[in-house]
Amino acid sequence: MTVNLALLLTAAGLVGVGTYVMLERSLTRVLVGLVLLSNGVNLGFLVASGSPGDPPLLYEYEDGSIADPLPQALVLTAIVITLGTVAFVLAMAYRSWQLAGNDDVQDDVEDAAIRRLAAADEASEGFDLSITATPDDQDEPIEEEGEAAGVAADGDSSDAGVPREEDS
Amino acid sequence: MSADLLVPFPVLLPLLGAGLALMLSGRPHAQRAVTVIVLVAVVAISAVLLVLADRGTPLVLWIGAWEPPLGISLVADRLSSLMLLVSAVVALAVLVYSIGQGMTGAERETPVSIYHPTYLVLVAGVSNAFLAGDLFNLFVSFEMLLFASYVLLTLGGTEGRIRAGTIYVVVNIISSMLFLTAIAVTYAAVGTVNLAQLSLRLAEIPDATALMIQLLLLTTFAIKAAVFPLSFWLPDSYPTAPAPVTAVFAGLLTKVGVYAILRTQTLLFPESPLTTLLLWAALLTMVIGILGAVAQSDIKRMLSFTLVSHIGFMVLGIGLATGAGLTGAVFYVAHHITIQTALFLVLGLVERRAGSTSLVKLGGLARLTPLLAIMFFVPAMNLAGIPPLSGFIGKVGLLAAGVETASPLAYAVVAAGTVTSLLTLYAVAKTWNLAFWRTPEQAHEMALTIAHLDEGSQVPGEPQLVRHRGHVHAGSQQFDDSAIAEARRTIAEEGTDQDLHELLEQRTLDERLPRTMTGATIGLVAVSVALTLVAGPLYGYADRAADNLLTPSVYLDAVLPEGVR
Repeated sequence: MTVNLALLLTAAGLVGVGTYVMLERSLTRVLVGLVLLSNGVNLGFLVASGSPGDPPLLYEYEDGSIADPLPQALVLTAIVITLGTVAFVLAMAYRSWQLAGNDDVQDDVEDAAIRRLAAADEASEGFDLSITATPDDQDEPIEEEGEAAGVAADGDSSDAGVPREEDS
Repeated sequence: MSADLLVPFPVLLPLLGAGLALMLSGRPHAQRAVTVIVLVAVVAISAVLLVLADRGTPLVLWIGAWEPPLGISLVADRLSSLMLLVSAVVALAVLVYSIGQGMTGAERETPVSIYHPTYLVLVAGVSNAFLAGDLFNLFVSFEMLLFASYVLLTLGGTEGRIRAGTIYVVVNIISSMLFLTAIAVTYAAVGTVNLAQLSLRLAEIPDATALMIQLLLLTTFAIKAAVFPLSFWLPDSYPTAPAPVTAVFAGLLTKVGVYAILRTQTLLFPESPLTTLLLWAALLTMVIGILGAVAQSDIKRMLSFTLVSHIGFMVLGIGLATGAGLTGAVFYVAHHITIQTALFLVLGLVERRAGSTSLVKLGGLARLTPLLAIMFFVPAMNLAGIPPLSGFIGKVGLLAAGVETASPLAYAVVAAGTVTSLLTLYAVAKTWNLAFWRTPEQAHEMALTIAHLDEGSQVPGEPQLVRHRGHVHAGSQQFDDSAIAEARRTIAEEGTDQDLHELLEQRTLDERLPRTMTGATIGLVAVSVALTLVAGPLYGYADRAADNLLTPSVYLDAVLPEGVR
């Protein structure tokens, strides 16, 4: 089977762009991403069906110049399903906007809880080893030093500890 | 031949019933009658299919009588028919329950005219997934059940449900796109989507290509089945839906994913079981899921996490890819569908009787409604795997299969499984202690104490409260920030949140539970206990099903006649 490179590259481009747009918070952008992504995947099916431009008709054309009809049938089904999904997501985005004034994909409840905990934990035991050494007078410089050491030692938890402003 | 004609009915009947129910949308009684009749018929047909499939050869129907391998095939082998029967029974019980809820419910959040047709489409999708003989049909059935689940999850369109629904829909869209990509790649690689043909042809293509297809499919199904690390969407989206919807989702939808993994792993890729990958996934799913469950202060959320956690047991069986492992997995799927659904139905009753499922607010349910307490206790102990219940049998089977394999990783997973069982026991025992055993007054006082923690007032006689890293520990219980906030809201004089003690004093609760709901729940709990009683024959059946899975030639011979390979 020869593969049409233009078709393949277009499919890859659509999938890439679609995935990128889908990473957005707003549901309408997710929707745009979905449309691009599904078109990309559907083009991928056409790659599998033989060289483009050949009709999927038996008998009227000589063997070897007809396209495989099955992927086209699958693509048709997939298009219909995507249409339904788009309609539903659009309705949901509208309802979300009606209720909350935005259509953002909200944070997971657990996620938010963990982030709160991480924020509360930012300067807890692990970070304050140097402070434990001088328990009574917590001088500013020492505390800063301790924090800096902690951050250097444990980059992950300091990342998780910074609450993201735009989410609330 | 004529027996084969029964195969499409578990899909056809619900679909036709859905159409009929939609036409009868003005007449709730007729709608209910149609739905119940259809589901009873599906249960009966599935039972017949189970008996027929157990004779040894899978039942196969090529839709539209196209010459194989051109058409769409529906296949009912031992595994499919077992899944069909269990899911049909569970679907029927949940439907009866939701009828009870709808008829007496004061809440008008569930528009009846939509509920019944959508529910039937969901059942049709689930049945179709179990019967599908080709990948694309599997995709279509996933979409059918997903669409129905989108609608059911966002019923009424309240803010909480839209929020949860958004996450659920986006996650599932992505998994659908992955699935579609996988199908396109598969077709490009081997030129067919029929599972039986795939089984033959995937063995002939380069290993790397086959592995890519396998991993794509595995990722897709792992999202559906909520296998760690693709499980985070589940505990967030399930608990907000109406009780019967959560129950049927928890019972069926994740198991469809497990079934798909089981089918593709054994039929399409018998040579590459990916044992290490799947065992790690099983281990992490079990442990991380149950740790999430232990931390919850709402029973619904707790159960959603145990659902994720126990998916790990089934993945363990699949990952071992031995006869004993697959037998355990098949048995565990059947057990877990009934048990998880029963528990969520009980929770719906708890919510109705006591106005909440939050552990901060509940107390004294065992005294208030002893029947409800029994209905919770039995499946909860079953979930934790207390002998002699079916959960124990399933877990022992799986863990024994792990020990039999005797690799270090298998031992590690066995250890993790044991720890998971114990932690499940801890989680349900904590729920039992707080919601059912203590008195409502104690619950009220504990909420008071937690809420006034910062003011340093300590109610005498109550366990000492310790604050530690964002949690409050009271005796052996632990509450996180959201629970503390909830306790504050509950205690606030002018607040609308009230706990069970206050509600009981005001006598605003229904005294009686609707009989239909209780009946349906008792029925399902009885089914789950009955699984223990018939565990011997069922385990034998699971064993034979696993045998079939391990010898794909049984499936191939039934689906593809000689000469079309």
